[in-house]
Amino acid sequence: MNIGVVVFPGSNCDHDCVHVLSDVLGQKAIEVWHKETSLSGLDAVILPGGFSYGDYLRTGAIARFSPVMAAIKQFVAEGGMVLGICNGFQILLEAGLLPGAMLRNTSLHFICKDVYLRVENAATPFTGRCEPWQVLKFPIAHADGNYYTDEVTLSQMKANAQIVFRYCTPEGKIIPEANPNGSLDNIAGIRNAAGNVLGMMPHPERCAEDVLGNDDGRLIFLSMLDALKKAVLQPKTVGV
Amino acid sequence: MKAKIHVTLKPGILDPQGKAIEQALATLGYTSASNVRMGKYLELDLNETAKEKAEAQVKAMCEKLLANTIIEEYRYELV
Repeated sequence: MNIGVVVFPGSNCDHDCVHVLSDVLGQKAIEVWHKETSLSGLDAVILPGGFSYGDYLRTGAIARFSPVMAAIKQFVAEGGMVLGICNGFQILLEAGLLPGAMLRNTSLHFICKDVYLRVENAATPFTGRCEPWQVLKFPIAHADGNYYTDEVTLSQMKANAQIVFRYCTPEGKIIPEANPNGSLDNIAGIRNAAGNVLGMMPHPERCAEDVLGNDDGRLIFLSMLDALKKAVLQPKTVGV
Repeated sequence: MKAKIHVTLKPGILDPQGKAIEQALATLGYTSASNVRMGKYLELDLNETAKEKAEAQVKAMCEKLLANTIIEEYRYELV
C-alpha cells in the first residue's frame, strides 16, 4: 500500500510514521510536503505529530491553511482514509474535518507518558484488529489535548459511535483519575461521521515494535492495512 | 486604520491558565480578584479607509483564523 505522511514545517513524528510503515510493516511510505496539491496514487494519508508552525496562534490553526489541506479535504470527501496523530488530530479539528476543539491541558503541563486507552469502537477501519473494549497502552506527548465540544455535538457523536478511544485505568475503567489532560468524557480519539477520518492524541507510531517494549500501536496501522486490502472504503462521495 | 482584536475563551469554557493566574494573585494577597480569564490581544494595520469594509475584513479574519469559534469569542475596535 502507498501511504502518504504529510510533512508540515514543525512536524516531528513524520519519520517515526515512515519508519513504522516501511521498516516495520513493509509498506511504501511517501513523505508529502505540505505545499503539495495532489494526493494521487495514495491509498491513505497520515497527519503526524509535532508542532506545525510552532503551534502559533493555536495548535493546528495555521497548518490547516497549507495547500495540502485542500487536497486532503477532497481525499476525505472521496472516502479516503486519513489518520491524524496528536498535532495531526489538532489540525483535523481546526480544518473542520473532525468535530470539536482542543484546549490547554488542565494541569497546564506538557504531558509525556504512557496512558491506557479503551477501544470504544472496534468496528472502524482504524481499529478492526482490536477487540471491543480492549485496553491499549500508548504514549501521549502534548500540552493541548483537552478535547472539547458542545453537548449537542457530543450526543450526536455518541449516537454515531464516533468516540473511538477513551482514557482509562489499566483495568479499563473510565474514571476522572485516568484522564491525563481534562479531556471531555475522557476522549482520546474520535472519528468523523462517515468513518474514514480518525484523530487521536496518543502516538501509535511510538509503540509499534517489540524492541521498544510495546507494540500495541501496530494494531492501528494493521487495521488500516486490513481495511485498505478489503477495500472496505470504496471511493465514493461522502459527507464529513 | 488599525484593528485591535481581543480573543478570549467563551464563558463557561474551562480556562486552566486563568485559574493558575488567579491562584498566583491570591498567593500575592490579591484575594479580591476572581474569575480571571486569559486571552489574546492582536493588533494589525489595515490598508483600508472605509470603516465598513475594514470591519467586514476584520470579522472575516476572526472567523476564519484568529479565533476558533467553537471555544473562543472575539471583539475588536478600529481606530
